[in-house]
Amino acid sequence: MKQLVVVLAMAAFTAILVGAMLELGPAPVALPASVAANLEASGVRHPVTAVLLNFRGYDTLLEVAVLLLALLGVLAAGVSKQPREADACAADPVLPWLSRVAAPAMVMVAVYLLWAGAFRPGGAFQAGAVLAAAAVLLHLAGLLPGWVQPGRWLRWGLAGGLLLFIAVSLGPLLAGDALLQYPLAWAGLLILLIEAGLTVSLGLILAGLFLLLTDGEGGRA
Amino acid sequence: MSGGMIYAIAGAILFAMGATGVVLLADLLRRTLAFNLMGSGAFLVLVGLAQRGGQPDPVPHAMVLTGIVVAVAATALALALLRKLHALTGRTQLPEGDVDD
Repeated sequence: MKQLVVVLAMAAFTAILVGAMLELGPAPVALPASVAANLEASGVRHPVTAVLLNFRGYDTLLEVAVLLLALLGVLAAGVSKQPREADACAADPVLPWLSRVAAPAMVMVAVYLLWAGAFRPGGAFQAGAVLAAAAVLLHLAGLLPGWVQPGRWLRWGLAGGLLLFIAVSLGPLLAGDALLQYPLAWAGLLILLIEAGLTVSLGLILAGLFLLLTDGEGGRA
Repeated sequence: MSGGMIYAIAGAILFAMGATGVVLLADLLRRTLAFNLMGSGAFLVLVGLAQRGGQPDPVPHAMVLTGIVVAVAATALALALLRKLHALTGRTQLPEGDVDD
C-alpha cells in the first residue's frame, strides 16, 4: 500500500515537473551573454573555468572546504581496519603491470587537463579526479597500501590547495580591492596557480576518501 | 523539443526514481545509492535546461561541476558512517520505530 502511494505520488510529481519544464519560457537574465562580455577580464578563455574560478570563485572556495570537511568527517567516524587476506588480484601479474603502465599516463593526463582548463573543457576538478583514480587503481592492483592515518606531509597536501586558494583570495584585500578580485594582469597566472594547488589537494582528498575507507594492510602515508 | 530538453526530462525521471528509492528502501547502502540517483537527476535537469537558448549557459555547468564533487564527498561521508554503524551494530538498517522505547 505504501509502495503504491509513493510510486503514484512520484509519477504525478514527474508529470508536473516535466510539464513545467516544457512550459518554461526563456531565462529572464541572459547569463551567457554577460559571461561572454566579461570573459576578456577573467584571465582565462573558457567560460566554465572563468565562472568557476573568477566570477563565482566563492562557490569553488567553499566547495573545497566542504570536501576537506567530508574527509575530516570520514577520519572522525573512525576507520576500522582489518588486515586483509592475500587477495587474488595481487597474484595476477596482468593488473599490477597494467597499473604501473597506466599510472604515469594518468598523471600526465591530469597535468594536461589542468593546463587545458584555461581554454577548453578541463580544469582542476577533472585533473584531481584523474589523479585520485590513478591512486585507486594502484591500490586495487595491490601496489599502494590503504591509508590508516594521514601523516604530516599528507595533511599539508590535503589542506594545501584550500590554504593556497584562501591566501590568493585574501591578497586583493590588502591592496584595497574586494575578496577574490584578482588583479587584471595577473588573473590568468593566479588562476593557474590556484588550480595547480587544487589539483594536488583534490586528488589527495578524493583518493583519501577511498583509501581511508578501504580495508587493507595499512601503512602510514 | 530541443536535445537539451530530453536530458532535462530524463533527469526529472531519474530524480523521481531516486526519491522513490530513498522513501521505500530500508537498507542504508541502497538508500545512499538512491540519493545519488536523485543528485544525478538534478544535475541532468540543470545541464539540460542550460541548453535551452541554443548556446549552453556556462553558469549552470559550473554549478553542476561543483555539485558533482560535493556529491562524491557527501557519499563518501555517508559510506563512512554506514561502515561505522555496521561495525558497531552489525546491521545496515536504521532501527524501526522510536529509539527511545
